[in-house]
Amino acid sequence: MATSTTAPDADRREPRAGSPARGPVRRPRGPRRSLLPYLLLAPAVVLELAIHVIPMVVGVWMSLLELTQFHIRDWSTAPFIGLENYRATLDLNSAAGKELLHSFWVTLAYSLLSVGFAWLLGISAAVVLQKPFRGRAILRALFLTPYALPVYAAVITWSFLLQRDTGLVNHVLVDQLGLLNDRPFWLIGDNSFWSLLVVSVWRNWPFAFLCLMAGLQNVPGELYEAAAIDGAGFWRRLRSVTLPMLRPVNLVLLLVLFLWTFNDFNTPFVLFGGSAPEQADLISIHIYRSSFKTWDFGSGSAMSVALLLFLLVVSAAYLLITNRRRDDHA
Amino acid sequence: MRETAGERWGRRIVLTLLTLFVVVPLYVMVTSAAKPLQDVQNGFTWWPSRPTLQPFIDMWSTVPLARYLVNSLVVSSIAAICSVAVAIFAAFAVSRYRFRGRGVFSVTVLSTQMFPGILFLLPLFLIYVNLGNATGIELYASRTGLIITYLTFSLPFSIWMLVGYFDSIPRGLDEAAQVDGAGPLRTLFQVILPAAVPGVVAVTVYAFMTAWGEVLFASVMTDEGSRTLAVGLQGYSTQFNVYWNQIMAASLVVSIPVVVGFLALQRYFVAGLTAGAVK
Repeated sequence: MATSTTAPDADRREPRAGSPARGPVRRPRGPRRSLLPYLLLAPAVVLELAIHVIPMVVGVWMSLLELTQFHIRDWSTAPFIGLENYRATLDLNSAAGKELLHSFWVTLAYSLLSVGFAWLLGISAAVVLQKPFRGRAILRALFLTPYALPVYAAVITWSFLLQRDTGLVNHVLVDQLGLLNDRPFWLIGDNSFWSLLVVSVWRNWPFAFLCLMAGLQNVPGELYEAAAIDGAGFWRRLRSVTLPMLRPVNLVLLLVLFLWTFNDFNTPFVLFGGSAPEQADLISIHIYRSSFKTWDFGSGSAMSVALLLFLLVVSAAYLLITNRRRDDHA
Repeated sequence: MRETAGERWGRRIVLTLLTLFVVVPLYVMVTSAAKPLQDVQNGFTWWPSRPTLQPFIDMWSTVPLARYLVNSLVVSSIAAICSVAVAIFAAFAVSRYRFRGRGVFSVTVLSTQMFPGILFLLPLFLIYVNLGNATGIELYASRTGLIITYLTFSLPFSIWMLVGYFDSIPRGLDEAAQVDGAGPLRTLFQVILPAAVPGVVAVTVYAFMTAWGEVLFASVMTDEGSRTLAVGLQGYSTQFNVYWNQIMAASLVVSIPVVVGFLALQRYFVAGLTAGAVK
């Protein structure tokens, strides 16, 4: 969009070059003005449509097809079977339905615990680092490092720590502290759930820390001074000043963390090398494995759509409840 | 405000525990990268029996690490630059114009970020494969396909953060530029972008990190030729030997650039998050 920079006076500068200056100055700008934002948005919209919206619609369509290995090469031949995939995968009496339900509970427990601990560590770090002291900048950088690491590098390192015979965890627990007599397996069996949880908290808590730190910068110092003059101790200040001021940040942070961990694929995929034990069979891994093991993309899509619907309902309910509470407080 | 003794000790304990939690895995990564192979095959040791840089040399030949590295570099850089370019225009529109669909756009874009990746994976996989068969445009198992996919992954958050940044730039500057005869695009490039450089740089690094660390799509959408680090690094665990020392060395090498970039720019992330949250 070329503009004239040589126009000598204000009147002539108003209309842009390329649009002949006729009639009232404002008129010709009207339609252009209203089109411009859409042009600016177009690349983003096209990309979002191509990579997110259209595949999502296709995914819903796929979930209604018998898209098994026989039809995957040419999916126009896949028969339309309506809701049959949903009935088959969500039927809680069938083996597949039971496995899916199990995976759902594992994922729910994993998300809630992971979000809870990540938030707890994040708020602790943000509060103790609120006031300046020597070494604060170094600690802040250090605490952010797990989040800055590429997820696979972080998780591979943890899988080394958790090896039964060569890992640090068993070395400390069994050899150095003598807390346990046998070397437990951490990456298979019941322990695998807790391993996964620790790795996820290690990786996610810095994000909570970063957001809460940003939120704390908006809390005016006078509030703390006023609270201190009133004789409020540490916990009182935390409860009456810090947490209420962080409420808007927390609302978004908790939801985002929940959705991320509920959809988490990377952590279990790298930690267990592609095949998660059933105790740590998160839903994304479950869908991935059942889709690519049997090449039954139809039922894989049905499970994905069901997952999406569940998350939409949860998010909507969460936003409704928290918004209503905010209105009450206001 | 004076700190009580209890608060001081509480702070020290919390900081010590958090530091230990964060540092121990990092320490193991760094020291194990300097261990000879027998050290990582037998019981764990806190310190290499004989510190060596050999893993940093061997890691290039055990797996084709250089190829994975180049693939990751190409994919992540192009995806990051394109993503930021697209995000700048979108954020400018959202920040400076009131138009119909503005709210819908913001909500839709942000919510796609929250949808399960697995939901896009199966259809996108089939679309790429079928598009390749039908038109010859190779998106499956190509770097182009990965670039297009990844650039949309960082787009929502980039737009959101840039809107926050742009909103914090006083509109008076725009108006002054317009009085001087600048059109919208010149206002964007000569007034707004120069004032938002830290935000743009932070968003670029974020987009790069997103692509650099992505695992799910990389594991399905690549073949041996287009494989990125996210999948390639798992090649060190062969059936006979797990080269933990080389894995740690490679992890360290691929982590350093993104960690340094992120930490150098962390305060701009904080500023961007603050700007976004204020709204």
